[in-house]
Amino acid sequence: MYSNAYIFRYAGIMVILVAAVLSAAAMLLKPMQERNEAVDKMTSILKAAGFEDVNAKNAIDLFNSTITNMIVINQDGEVVDDFTGAGKEKSKAFGLNLKEQLYNKSMKRPFELPIFKANKNGETIYIIPMRGVGLWGPVWGNIALRDDFNTVIGVTFDHKSETPGLGAEITTPIFTDQFPGKTLFDDNGKFVSIKVVKGGAANLDASMRNHAVDAISGGTITSNGVSDMIRNVLESYEPYIKKIG
Amino acid sequence: MSAATKEKEPLFSAKNRKLLTNPINLNNPITVQVLGICSALAVTAKLKPAFVMAVSVIVVTAFANLIISLLRNGIPPRIRIIVQLVVIASLVILVDQLLKAFVYDVSRQLSVFVGLIITNCIVMGRLEAFAMGNKPWPSLLDGIGNGLGYSLILIMVGFVRELFGSGTIWGYHVIPQSFYDLGYRNNGFMILPPMALIIVGIIIWIQRSRNPELVEEK
Repeated sequence: MYSNAYIFRYAGIMVILVAAVLSAAAMLLKPMQERNEAVDKMTSILKAAGFEDVNAKNAIDLFNSTITNMIVINQDGEVVDDFTGAGKEKSKAFGLNLKEQLYNKSMKRPFELPIFKANKNGETIYIIPMRGVGLWGPVWGNIALRDDFNTVIGVTFDHKSETPGLGAEITTPIFTDQFPGKTLFDDNGKFVSIKVVKGGAANLDASMRNHAVDAISGGTITSNGVSDMIRNVLESYEPYIKKIG
Repeated sequence: MSAATKEKEPLFSAKNRKLLTNPINLNNPITVQVLGICSALAVTAKLKPAFVMAVSVIVVTAFANLIISLLRNGIPPRIRIIVQLVVIASLVILVDQLLKAFVYDVSRQLSVFVGLIITNCIVMGRLEAFAMGNKPWPSLLDGIGNGLGYSLILIMVGFVRELFGSGTIWGYHVIPQSFYDLGYRNNGFMILPPMALIIVGIIIWIQRSRNPELVEEK
């Protein structure tokens, strides 16, 4: 039989050993993981702007050569930070925690949001990162706009844990290819966002058709999450857009 | 020292080979032991996540079995379940961290499911049933075998569900457009979890009708 003292000793030593192994692994792997995350973020931003062959190898170089300004704006649309130097992954805009800032927004506290200005073959593109909630966890993405801040060039979406085959389909071209050409503002300059609708965007009134895309069957809550995310994030940029546009 | 003079059992003796092959068919963890059904439902809507999940489970069952078998004589019986859980959980966290550092794409595909390996009943079931009472090498084989048995079913279910649910295999379209033109439609029901259960049921049915020894006597 094992004495109580043995059991306590055994458990204590085991826990300390396991903690040491896991923290060592976490520390050793952290730089690689952070790099992967940064590269992934850049790839997603570049893909939204319409770059096709972005991969883990060329993402950092392409990002630094394409993105000209890493801008941070506040809730009143004022530019707080405008980073133009090299090493864009170290800029304030790139490191900004969207989750925290959007939480501040929901609590009616001051917040700051990033916007990336890119130069693609002479054309100026603005890219805005987005974050919201899906069915099982967060959904996020990037939306690229023309310099009229109205017409969509492209989008990318990603998610933590949406259902494969249903909500997870938001990442596929079938869904994202619907966005290019849609507009955020109506003819009177009023912000209407882009809605993800059930029952087909083609069946809507002509005035709404330019502001809506088809939802995913079986992925209603994820689709609604995407819809809310686009509205919630982009409306925060309205003061900024009004100021410079 | 009779043990030392006794001829050593070859690494892949008939008995050890059985440890590897039995769980693939006659003692399959999903269809015969009916363990690990939960994750079989969750990750099989597409083939790729099912495959990576399968590989991760093989790694975790193999090493958890090996580690517990090495420790088996020192583990106090009263806290053995806790010890097993600590071993499994740390292995799963390690696998998750390694995936994030080296194959980030795959890690994103799997997202939460890697964490769910901790709750996969197969891992703990094998630790309790086998590794606690057997030597390290057979335990390692038993772990790999059960992981393989699980993988086989996962991949079969994933294949059927992706083919009929999305018309793709590994993300590539395999059902030609001409089929769709003739009125063929992807079966959306295939993507929903209940269909995984039904496919597992059909696999069990086929397996039992081919292996009468699996059928319980009334």
